[in-house]
Amino acid sequence: MYNIEKIRSYFPVLHQKVYDKPLVYFDSAASSQKPVQVLMAEERLHNDFYGNIHRGSHFMADKATVQFEEVRDKIRDFINAESREEIIFTKGTTESVNLVAFSFCEKFLNEGDEIIVSEMEHHANIVPWQLAAQRKKAKIVKLPFNDLGVLETEKLPSLINKKTKLIAVAHVSNVLGTVNPVSEIIKIAHENNVAVFVDGAQAVQHLSVDVQQMNADFYAFSAHKMYGPNGVGVLYGKKIWLEQMPPYQGGGEMIAEVSFDGTTFNELPWKFEAGTPNITSVISFGAAIDLINETGMQNISEWEYSLLGYATSKLKEIHGIRIYGEAPEKSSVISFNIDGIHSYDLGMLLDKMAIAVRTGHLCADTVMQHFGINGCIRISFGMYNTKAEIDIFIAALNKVRQMF
Amino acid sequence: MTIEEVQQEIIEEFSVYTDWMDKYGYLIELGNELTDLDPKEKTDQNLIKGCQSRVWLIAEMNDGKINFRGESDAIIVKGLVALLLRVVSGRTPKELIENDLHFIDDLGLKQHLSPTRSNGLLAMVKQIRLYAVAYNKIAG
Repeated sequence: MYNIEKIRSYFPVLHQKVYDKPLVYFDSAASSQKPVQVLMAEERLHNDFYGNIHRGSHFMADKATVQFEEVRDKIRDFINAESREEIIFTKGTTESVNLVAFSFCEKFLNEGDEIIVSEMEHHANIVPWQLAAQRKKAKIVKLPFNDLGVLETEKLPSLINKKTKLIAVAHVSNVLGTVNPVSEIIKIAHENNVAVFVDGAQAVQHLSVDVQQMNADFYAFSAHKMYGPNGVGVLYGKKIWLEQMPPYQGGGEMIAEVSFDGTTFNELPWKFEAGTPNITSVISFGAAIDLINETGMQNISEWEYSLLGYATSKLKEIHGIRIYGEAPEKSSVISFNIDGIHSYDLGMLLDKMAIAVRTGHLCADTVMQHFGINGCIRISFGMYNTKAEIDIFIAALNKVRQMF
Repeated sequence: MTIEEVQQEIIEEFSVYTDWMDKYGYLIELGNELTDLDPKEKTDQNLIKGCQSRVWLIAEMNDGKINFRGESDAIIVKGLVALLLRVVSGRTPKELIENDLHFIDDLGLKQHLSPTRSNGLLAMVKQIRLYAVAYNKIAG
């Protein structure tokens, strides 16, 4: 079954002490820890076969290229994309959004057009669209959520009109934990010839993602939130869109031929991968995907689901607790406040007890504004967390409460 | 007492606390004791915004000395504000410019001043300096 001890053994960092106390890492939603497999993959690359990819014809370059492109195939399979041409490597989710916000909007967004953005988005899935709207004199329309943290999708048909070009929505909210009905949203959108960009940064590590079944036009996520390295992420885009979109960044790799009379561009996926990519991180990203596959996404989901349920029930016993996001379908983040205690103070004291949580606006100002708060605390679980850690956290929370 | 002497006094007061939780307990106490600003004074102009906590700072020049008052919505930060005010309030601009505020670092609380923390405290320290420089210039 789920061998938690074995899994935890893959993450040496979890066994270290912070302020002389054992670390309880509840901030995987911000960034997850990296297993030895990822670190070893990086080391192997540099010790055995590093070379610039797609550019050389020597042994090292060849081997690196093959390994690099194998990871692309791995990711294609991981999210069940139809073809490898639809998998673009970027710096991360944020760059993926910026790429589409620039390129898609450059081609398809005109003055007076509209982009629908949900109220629960991370800044990464709001600001690039605002910048594009500014450039193109287009309008951003808000799709609200209710106080339970559920998107008011019933409002969607009325928000869509002939001017609507795209909807930007998170698969899973980084504050509320809500798992949004993206397939349903996409269906409504497509009935109206509207494209949908899905931010999957908080989804891919917790649940199975099938972009074909979902029928997403675009789907983005980051390696560092799914036990992979920093500096690399993925943009999945349907071929039909990517082929029509102009390049985002120019440079080497994304060209076919360059001359002063004119330049032609490379085919997909490389059209959108200018410059030398983060070879190291892409290759070690592959090891993270392997680990998730070997453990089994279904197993990880079930494990985390039980942690979510346990933590939620324990938190609800605390007097004055206010949980933000109680949608019927939730992923493993819990954001909350305790009456009379500022989230900064709580987070600071939990830190001194070696419990790592996230405090503040959580890069989601619009969610804070919805609830009229100036910040909150978030705990988030990964494949390596345990019920025992939750017990330590609850005990610490109760201890801290007494100080106020 | 000079600015430096006040800082030393504070460092000594904290030295009784060896456990982090006790240190923070004392900071919380100080935070609770600090007189709140009048709600009318908590304007955007006086607000030093951070994304983790908010800090308000008011500076008034009186008789060649700057009177600082302040508050934060986070109690720990409010405790640090209380300590800062104890050191900097009622000083001449020159004293503020010439003295280094090292006591927070000495208390092992430097992380609260880190720019990543974004709790308004670092901005507050900077703002105090700016007031000192500005008032010093006006004084001639």
